[in-house]
Order: sequence, then C-alpha cells, then structure tokens
Amino acid sequence: MSPHIDAVPESAAVPTDREMVRIEKVTKEFSLRHDHSLKELVFSALQRKKLADSFLALDQVDLTVHAGETVGLIGFNGSGKSTLLKTISGVLYPDTGRVLLRGRVAGLIEVGAGFHPDLSGRENVYLNGAILGMSREQIDEKFDEIVAFSEIEEFIDTDVKYYSSGMFLRLAFSVAVHTEPDIFLVDEILSVGDEPFQRKCLERIRELQKAGRTMVVVSHELEMLERLCTRIVVLQKGRTIFDGDPAEAVRTLRAS
Amino acid sequence: MPTRQEQAAGWRAPGQDAGWLNPIRERFLLRLLVRKELRVRYRGSALGMLWSYVKPAVQFIVFYIALGIFLQLQRDTPAYAVYLFSGIVVINLFSEVFGNATRSITGNQALVSKIYLPSELFPWASMIVALVHFLPQLVVLVIGALLFGWLPSTTAAIAFVLGIVILVGFTMGLGMITAALNAAFRDVENFVDLIVMVATWLSPVLYRISMVEEQIGGTLWWWVYQLNPLTIVVELFHTAFWRYSRPVVEVIDAEPWLRAPGEPFGLWWAGMLIAVATFVIGTVVFERAKRRFAQEL
Repeated sequence: MSPHIDAVPESAAVPTDREMVRIEKVTKEFSLRHDHSLKELVFSALQRKKLADSFLALDQVDLTVHAGETVGLIGFNGSGKSTLLKTISGVLYPDTGRVLLRGRVAGLIEVGAGFHPDLSGRENVYLNGAILGMSREQIDEKFDEIVAFSEIEEFIDTDVKYYSSGMFLRLAFSVAVHTEPDIFLVDEILSVGDEPFQRKCLERIRELQKAGRTMVVVSHELEMLERLCTRIVVLQKGRTIFDGDPAEAVRTLRAS
Repeated sequence: MPTRQEQAAGWRAPGQDAGWLNPIRERFLLRLLVRKELRVRYRGSALGMLWSYVKPAVQFIVFYIALGIFLQLQRDTPAYAVYLFSGIVVINLFSEVFGNATRSITGNQALVSKIYLPSELFPWASMIVALVHFLPQLVVLVIGALLFGWLPSTTAAIAFVLGIVILVGFTMGLGMITAALNAAFRDVENFVDLIVMVATWLSPVLYRISMVEEQIGGTLWWWVYQLNPLTIVVELFHTAFWRYSRPVVEVIDAEPWLRAPGEPFGLWWAGMLIAVATFVIGTVVFERAKRRFAQEL
C-alpha cells in the first residue's frame, strides 16, 4: 500500500557541505548460483570449469552524500539500489573501490529482520535496539517513546508471534526510527501499516530531516521520493545514469 | 580503507569493527543474543531446561549398563560411574560448542544477510549458551562425586580450570573455522556431526587410558592419541573428579595401572598450546571470511 501523495510532507531537509558518505568507484559482482556443494566445487576445480555465472550488481559507482541531505535511489528491479545500500551499511563489501562514512549508520534495510517471533515485544525492542547499535541506557531512555509511537502499549509483553503483521511492522519501524544515527539508510519501509500510521512515519522522517540527519532512501514510490528527497540518483544495471534534481530524476527513469 | 589523513577527519569504512574484541566491546548485545538463544531453544516444550539433564542422564545410563556392566569395566575401575560421567560431560560440552558454533552463522541468516552487526557475536553467543547447559551437568557430576567419597581440593580445582580453558579455547577455534566454512558449504555441518560422534570413542571416556597404552604404547599412534586435546581434557577431568576420590585412593597402590601418565595434570601444557593455536587460527580465519558471509548465505 502506498501512502496518499497529499499525505507526504514537503522535504524539510537542509543540505550542508559536510560530506558524510563517500562512495568511490565501487564495483560488486555476484555469482548467480551460490548453493554449490563441496562435491561440485571439487569437480569444477578438477575440470577447471567456471562454477557460476556472475553478474555485475554495481559497476564503478561514485556517490557523495552530504550531511542533512535526503538522497533517493531509484531504478528498476535489479538495478543495484539495495546492493548499494548494503555496501553503505557494511553488510556487503565492495569488490573494488571503497566506501567511507562519517558518524554512525543505522540501516532500515529490512524492517523487522532482527525480530524473533518467540520473544515478547519488550524483549524484541531491546534486542533490535542493540542490533541497530543502541546502548542499554539509550534503549531504557527511549523505551516509552518507542512503544508510544508504535501504539501497541497493551501488547508489549505479548510474544511477537501473536501480533498482526501491521502491529509487528509498526513496532519494528518504531525501534528503527528511534535509533538516532547520523546516517539513516531506508529501504522500502514507507509502505508500513495503515494510512494514519504512514502519515505518522512520514512526519517522523520530516522531523529527522529537520534535525539535520542524513538519509539515503530506496523506494519504488517515485512521487513520494520526489517530494521527500533533496536529490535523487537513478541507477540502471549497476551504473548511475543520473544524479541531481528529484523531478528530473523521476523523468529520466520513466523515459529509460 | 581510509588513509590516516581521512581517519583524522572522522572517516571510516563501513563494517570496520573491533574484530576479535567485539564480544567484549558489545557485551550488552552479546547478552541479549544469549538470552534469545536460551528462550528460543526450548520454546513450546513442557520440560524446558530439564532436557539438558535428561539427555546426559540417558546417555550415562546406557553407557553404564552396556560398558560398565555387560563389558565389566566397572569391576576393574573403582567408582566407574564417576569416571564415566566426568568424561561424558567433557564430550557433551565439546559437541555442543562445536555443533552450535558451526551452525551459528547459517542459523542467523536473517540477521547476517540484512543488518550489519559484528558476526563474531554469533559463535560466541552459542558458546555461552553451551556453557549454560553445561552447568546443570556439572552440578550432577559434583554431587555424584561427593557421594563416592570425593572431596574438593586445590589439585581438583586447578585440573578443572585447566580442562575448561583448554576445552573451550580449542573448541571455539575449531567452531569459528567450521562456522565460516559452513556459510559457504553446508556439507561442513554434517562433517562436524561425524567428528562429534567419533569423539566419545577416541578419548578415554568409556575405557581407561592404560588400556590404550597396552595396545598401541610406544608407537606414533600412542602419541597422536595422547596429544588429542580431548584426551588431555578428559584426563584433567578425571584428575579433578575421580582420581582423588576415596575408592580410587584406597586401591591405587595395589593397582598402579589406575594412574594416568604424568599425574596429576598430564600433558596440560601441550593441550594449552594446541588450544591457543587453534583459537588464534580460528579467529583469523573467521575474520577473513566474515566479509563474504552476507553474499554466501
């Protein structure tokens, strides 16, 4: 479900000159068949045959993100958006080139990836807060705020497996937006929950922008990104084909 | 990697962390991961933690009947029950640390491939979980030994601490290597199961070490057998809980073959060397491999 376009607030980001993310000539190659067994490996080594076809997910990508900017990454499926986000977060390492960061990063790569269904909401808040890099004191301090934002106060001590998917995503999103990193990586999360909650999420994003946080957002919601971002990068087959004005970026992608 | 100049300006590479120091730096997260493992392990089971008593108990009874009574090992070995159980707990701890650590990366696939966090924490968390499960067995062992007229002593304490340190260091080293390999080839976990199965029989758990010496003493194999870190640890546990209990002390002069080579601590220094070396190699291999975990899973 995509948020209604009128619900999307105008960008409140205030770009500065301070560089926060520097991506220099990053290339990342994946092998397509990676579920090989030891037997296959031995045989292919003996026959000197290449084991798998490889595919270039990122091809010499350069990108600089400044403090306070909200940069959108758009492109069709398989264009390398998520791979790029993962190399910034440290989950994937570039094959060549390098990525540099300043400050703390938290990735909302996939909301709820660190949630465990057999733990209660409260335990999950602590576990996820810690996974996203918060200290015990920070979580203690923010706990009430996190729960209030997710609007599931009465179920916080229930096991997460009994939550509806909406409740689950709301809690996960709530933990993520309260981690207060310097650089925020967001992947397709603005399609969470019902409309009032979406509006609240977008409001929260706006607050973060106002507070000068740096954001890199991946989404297929082009209209929404156009309003939210200060700059949009268009990726095509692992290459950047456009980097600049949001409206023009969306036109570029649609024309390609 | 950022140059020194860039580092001074606050730049760092993503995923750059404290490496092998992570489990110490990230104690809070490590503790939460351990708690999660413990909660999840026995979800929906009525007996819960009691299972960590039931399994070794059944194992013990079966071995005691088959080997102690049918093969009459208990006739020549005083306090055979204590002898047997102190070896079984060593092998159990080894199997659990080794097996859990091997599966720790593949088992946390959702986290490893989506969110960055120091991956050393996974094998470490599974090691700590194994130690938690080891505790009840240790309590049972101590009570059993006391019933057989064993009294705590400094020698026992030293032997126990040496044994635990060697065992955990050695097994963690192996576990980190297999965890890294298992991310690429799932064959590894089956291989580990195989080693665990064989481990009980290739160290003096069920029989006495003197019987091995009678058969292969003086050969190269005898040295290989003795240098097996598990043999060293099992013998240290025998020193800690069995060797100085009353029934053994009473007959030891009449039956000198009950003595183990190099009493009281045997080849502990060799065990320690092997453990440290394995741990270091394991950590280095893991550190090198961890960058590829996310794309291999």
